[in-house]
Amino acid sequence: MKKLIILLFVTSIFACQSDDNMGESGNADNFDRQAMLANWADNIIIPGYENLATETEVLRLAGADFKENPDGINLDNLRNAWQSAYVVWQNVAMFEIGKAEELRLQNNLNIYPTDVDSLTANVMSESYNLELPSEISKQGFPALDYLLFGIHQDEMAIIEFYNSDSNAGKYLQYITNLTTRIDQLVDAVLEDWTTEYRATFVENSGNSALASVDKMTNDYIFYYEKHLRAGKIGIPAGVFSGDVLRNRVEGFYKKDISKMLFLEGLDAMQNFFNGQHFKSTTTGEGMASYLDYLAVEKGGTNLKNYINQQFDSARTAAIKLNDSFAEQVETDNVKMLEAYDQLQLNVVNLKVDMLQAFNISVDFVDSDGD
Amino acid sequence: MKSSNRFNPDSSTSVGMTKPTEAASLAVFRIFFGLLIFCSMVRFWAYGWIEKLYIEPTFFFSYYGFEWVKPWGEWTYLLFGICSISAILVMIGWHYRMAILTLFFSFTYIELMDKTNYLNHYYFVSLLCFLLIFLPANAYFSVDAYKNIKKRFQYIPQWTTWSVKLMLCIVYFYAGLAKLNSDWLMEAMPLKIWLTAKYDIPLLGDLFQQKWMHYFFSWSGALYDLTIPFILLHPRTRWFGFFLVVIFHWLTWVLFPIGIFPIVMVFSAVIFLDGHVHQWILGLFAKVLRIKKEVFDNGKSLVFESKKQQLFASVLVVFFLLQLFLPFRHLLYKNELFWTEQGYRFSWRVMLMEKAGYTNFKIVDPETGKRFYVNNGNFLNPLQEKQMATQPDFILEYAHFLERYYQQWDIKNPEIYVESYVALNGRTSRPFIDSTVDLTKIEPSFAEKSWILPFGEEIWGF
Repeated sequence: MKKLIILLFVTSIFACQSDDNMGESGNADNFDRQAMLANWADNIIIPGYENLATETEVLRLAGADFKENPDGINLDNLRNAWQSAYVVWQNVAMFEIGKAEELRLQNNLNIYPTDVDSLTANVMSESYNLELPSEISKQGFPALDYLLFGIHQDEMAIIEFYNSDSNAGKYLQYITNLTTRIDQLVDAVLEDWTTEYRATFVENSGNSALASVDKMTNDYIFYYEKHLRAGKIGIPAGVFSGDVLRNRVEGFYKKDISKMLFLEGLDAMQNFFNGQHFKSTTTGEGMASYLDYLAVEKGGTNLKNYINQQFDSARTAAIKLNDSFAEQVETDNVKMLEAYDQLQLNVVNLKVDMLQAFNISVDFVDSDGD
Repeated sequence: MKSSNRFNPDSSTSVGMTKPTEAASLAVFRIFFGLLIFCSMVRFWAYGWIEKLYIEPTFFFSYYGFEWVKPWGEWTYLLFGICSISAILVMIGWHYRMAILTLFFSFTYIELMDKTNYLNHYYFVSLLCFLLIFLPANAYFSVDAYKNIKKRFQYIPQWTTWSVKLMLCIVYFYAGLAKLNSDWLMEAMPLKIWLTAKYDIPLLGDLFQQKWMHYFFSWSGALYDLTIPFILLHPRTRWFGFFLVVIFHWLTWVLFPIGIFPIVMVFSAVIFLDGHVHQWILGLFAKVLRIKKEVFDNGKSLVFESKKQQLFASVLVVFFLLQLFLPFRHLLYKNELFWTEQGYRFSWRVMLMEKAGYTNFKIVDPETGKRFYVNNGNFLNPLQEKQMATQPDFILEYAHFLERYYQQWDIKNPEIYVESYVALNGRTSRPFIDSTVDLTKIEPSFAEKSWILPFGEEIWGF
């Protein structure tokens, strides 16, 4: 019996070793995850935040100028600064990791729709602590959207309001508080990345649930599903309620900006997938090259191409939409739903196929398996 | 058997399964078993899992016929407390029969509360508890036997330890049989995926990138499971077998997140060793605890009343027959086992699948034509959602829950459809459930689930 067992073991080892020679040419070396993390940090995330920090500083200064002198020119400047920063924000919104996660950057900068009643109550009371979790729907870009575009009918009325309303001072103070807070939050995140977090992030290249690749990939998919797909398109189109909700679009008061913000976000997500450097056509290691390394195929083509094609289809569908999604859902919601469907198709590719290839579990739950 | 010369002359007439054996063997098993369950309960509590898995969720997935088994809200802690205390009582052998009954019922109740948390090794523990109800595990080195001389026996019938061994052999052998499938043997799946991802383990990490390693682990794993019962049973190889058990489970413990299971298996396998080893282990305990072990060495042999023995024997025969057939019940279904999972649980199919899925539920109000999708995160925790996405019985149960939920929101007869995709063992995702079927019209049952789309391939094997 014992001899038989030993014989079986020895033969199984030999049987497998002869396989060795065949397998050697396959994937003998590792995909360099650390290089991927470095590419993400150095060429995409940090440049993205640097760009955003520049924009939010302009926004802060424009806010201060407007408070000083709320005339038409300063309103224009402030509005432009708001728009530029809001667009750049779309490039880094998905990186809710490290300091951004700690500060809940997404929540503080971009919860929409803004809660106008509570916001007004804040302004009037002059006592509020914007750092409280309860305050997230009264600040950030959506709050400024209301204050700069929605507080009155048209530009003339708005300028009039900030010059002659009895509460104008309180409102102007609130605006500068918001622009300053946005700038400070972004600076804090950028500073953390450039001083400490970059090294932590890149060195944590293991495969535990708390390692950078796992966390970043989960954050990425979470953002895709919750914010890009549901928040920007699905919820206004009534996908989860059955009724269109026009006031739930991003940039509701500015009106013609929701498509621009969406497309910027979509591009950013596709570029990140491809490891493409910020505002450049150069690509480095990323999810796409990782999938290439693993040689994952789907539907007769490699999964990388499959996912890219689906990003492109979503873009094609979204380009057909009105600049204002609020208008789109009122006039022709079918087109909005078509864009949603295209986005939806990539959820499966990213969340099921890509995650399985990377062997990353969805929103890791800490429990046993068998 | 070495110790046979020490037997009481009057019991030497017993033959076969009623032949006496060292009661120490079962006592050691009882002590380890109680201790490990207690530890795993404490661990469960310390990790915050009671809260996270049984108190926070608003919805729980039930086993067919056990819909009445639900967590007790905050009182769930009490349930775990009862389970832990009875495990301690079993360990020390105090009010043993009551303790093991309580342990069996409380542990099994916990496992039945939400099938999201089904694990083969929890099932295994439940089965062992059931078995132990009928075994005189308190005859030796227990508080019961210490206090009551009538309950004290140095020897017990052989069938008692053999039934534990048989249970262990079934687990291993069936786990081995289940590995004899084309994915495991020909594709080295799912180990190929799991091992490749272990690139950061020192030394082995690089080896795990090698194809031959995936095949080596798959094949030797199957071989181990199929042969280890025989290696452990054969007197001349049992130490070698025990050594293999330690190595194998140590490896699985390092590589996979399987909790306390490896430790349970290693300590359970101690029962295969000789009686004098168990005596030696108890001797150590006695020394540390300053107990006079000699008190238990009264040379008496436990003989069951024939009626009682007959009753126990028939219970165990039925129990083991069930164990032998249950894992093959999937043969009653035509569809691919790994895809539909009909007959997958309770059959020692461990580590055979890497399965991931995605489900998107559509609610339609036929009266208004209104339709919308559900955000599963509103009702399920991530683990529940993950388990639901790949298992049809979960999907159906959840659909029925959604039906009841939306009826409260004034949709009288909601129709519920699901778009779902599942990826199995490295194959890319494919559609899972027929998205044209209104799931509210389907009742849960053990019948073939025709609303699961065909897998389109066959995975050969047991």
